[in-house]
Amino acid sequence: MTSEPRTRQVSVDLQDSEDTRALVEAIEEDNPDADLLRMPGLVRVQAPKEVVIRRETVEQRMGREWETHEFQMNIVSYSGHIADWDDDQIVIKWEH
Amino acid sequence: MAKAKLSMRDRYRLLTRDLDWEPTYVEPEKLYPHTRYEGIKIHDWDKWEDPFRLTVDSYSKYQAEKDKKLYAVIDGFAQGQGHLSLTDARYVNSLKLFLAGVTPLEYAAHRHFGYLARHLDGPGARFASLCQSIDELRHAQTEIHTISQYNKYYGGLHDFGKMHDRVWYLSVPKSFFDDGLSAGPFEFLTAISFSFEYLLTNLLFVPFMSGASFNGDLATMTFGFSAQSDESRHMTLGLEVIKFMLEQDEDNVPIIQDWVDKWFWRGYRVLGLVASMMDYMLPKKIMSWKEAFELYLEQQMLEGLFPDLEFYGIRPPRHVEQAITEKEYMSHQVYWTLYQFAFAANFNATVPEPAEMDWMSQAYPDTFDRYYRPLWERARSLQEQGKRFFFQGLPMLCQICQIPMAFTEPGDPTNIAVRTSQFRGERFNFCSDGCKWIFDREPEKYVQAWLPVHQIYQGNCGGTTIPEVLDWYGIQDGVDNGEYLTSPDKTNWDKWHTPSVVGGGA
Repeated sequence: MTSEPRTRQVSVDLQDSEDTRALVEAIEEDNPDADLLRMPGLVRVQAPKEVVIRRETVEQRMGREWETHEFQMNIVSYSGHIADWDDDQIVIKWEH
Repeated sequence: MAKAKLSMRDRYRLLTRDLDWEPTYVEPEKLYPHTRYEGIKIHDWDKWEDPFRLTVDSYSKYQAEKDKKLYAVIDGFAQGQGHLSLTDARYVNSLKLFLAGVTPLEYAAHRHFGYLARHLDGPGARFASLCQSIDELRHAQTEIHTISQYNKYYGGLHDFGKMHDRVWYLSVPKSFFDDGLSAGPFEFLTAISFSFEYLLTNLLFVPFMSGASFNGDLATMTFGFSAQSDESRHMTLGLEVIKFMLEQDEDNVPIIQDWVDKWFWRGYRVLGLVASMMDYMLPKKIMSWKEAFELYLEQQMLEGLFPDLEFYGIRPPRHVEQAITEKEYMSHQVYWTLYQFAFAANFNATVPEPAEMDWMSQAYPDTFDRYYRPLWERARSLQEQGKRFFFQGLPMLCQICQIPMAFTEPGDPTNIAVRTSQFRGERFNFCSDGCKWIFDREPEKYVQAWLPVHQIYQGNCGGTTIPEVLDWYGIQDGVDNGEYLTSPDKTNWDKWHTPSVVGGGA
């Protein structure tokens, strides 16, 4: 195939919940290119190349301490590869 | 004095990876005897990555929290007569399909990941398998607890374990999973963790859970999301395992490619049931099968994942082109089959309402009005004359996917496809090139398939008449099966929604 490769999207689907609202705001703040898609019960955050979730931004939005492990409580699905998950951030992107 | 907290990385290293030891008086081959015969070469298990960096304490903490949230919702649902808030009793048919079709697979996965938690050589892989094993048991239990709320009021849900083992259409998911369980550990991981949990999972779970949400099924939506939060870990395991195998040795590449090809097609065929659930069983639609396929398979997997895997020499799955062609009609062909054979199922089927058919015309502009609307209108007219159409007799099944041979030639929706192979002097039939290709790779395995129709004819299913077989299935004739409009579910639903000043039980 000779066509130009399209920019590959990565995305993460979150439960539409009270905690998720703050999370989504934080993700939007740290990923200015992100788009939101709402489905029944779900919010999808989609961005070209990568999505990053930063603990500090989430904590500011939630007004409390938040450890990145807690992201497991909200996530429903994702598309991409979890390139990094440590105390300070979660990075989802394609590797190659 | 408070000590500085260890970082996630250090905790994972100390509490998960560092608890392993080298055997000294047993050869590793004897300790882990099952990880060599498939031809996969692993040189360094320490290269295994777990991005979640799970430790037993954080795993337990979050799982407990998930369960508490879920059971609070289930209690509220039961106490508030939540089942009455559904869009329609017809919706419950998708739960009957799910409980009998999927829940037993969760339990089978629990058992098999328990086996992997013992038999994989690396501590990271073993611990990830152990967590998944516990997750799968949690899923089976929470699904049973949630759907048991409906069992008090609706038919078809009372004996899902037995039905899974016996009912004709449930042999589709059962034989799929049994195929994985009876493969070696690496093929199982490719089949279930990669192909099912990563490649296809969104096409299974998101439609069910969003469908539940949209149709007022709070309980199922909540267990679905609770399970799905584990599922993202399972997806990660699936992707990690495939990258790990590919990075360990170049000789692994062709073996994995074959498995990817096989398990894409196996899983995709099982999803025919999900496709028909989405388009036909949900009174309020979330999206069509075609849209879901485009979003989750074409966009996320073919455009997202496979360019990543190309780096390792993996190409998109064989026969994926046919799946793309079939997105225009698969759900219609499968549901038409279910409609005709609903007399032998644990759910009710019916002709779609006029408004639903209009929705389908829009969702499937190239096929619905031309091929399927006329079928449904004919079925409706027969039904109105009191002659609800059921297929008389038993269908021929595909030897691999076990779906009745109702799929058409790719791109030609009027011509039923039949493929055959000869093996040991016998002829075997398949619904597609994909299923035939799978058989021809391992005929010795698939000649052993337990095909429901063959089993009925051989007298292994309680007898050779329909009432005898239904009895053996655990299906109560006239209660659990057949037409929806004349079913007890429909009668009860109408009664419960008739305004009345007198309270009381069901």
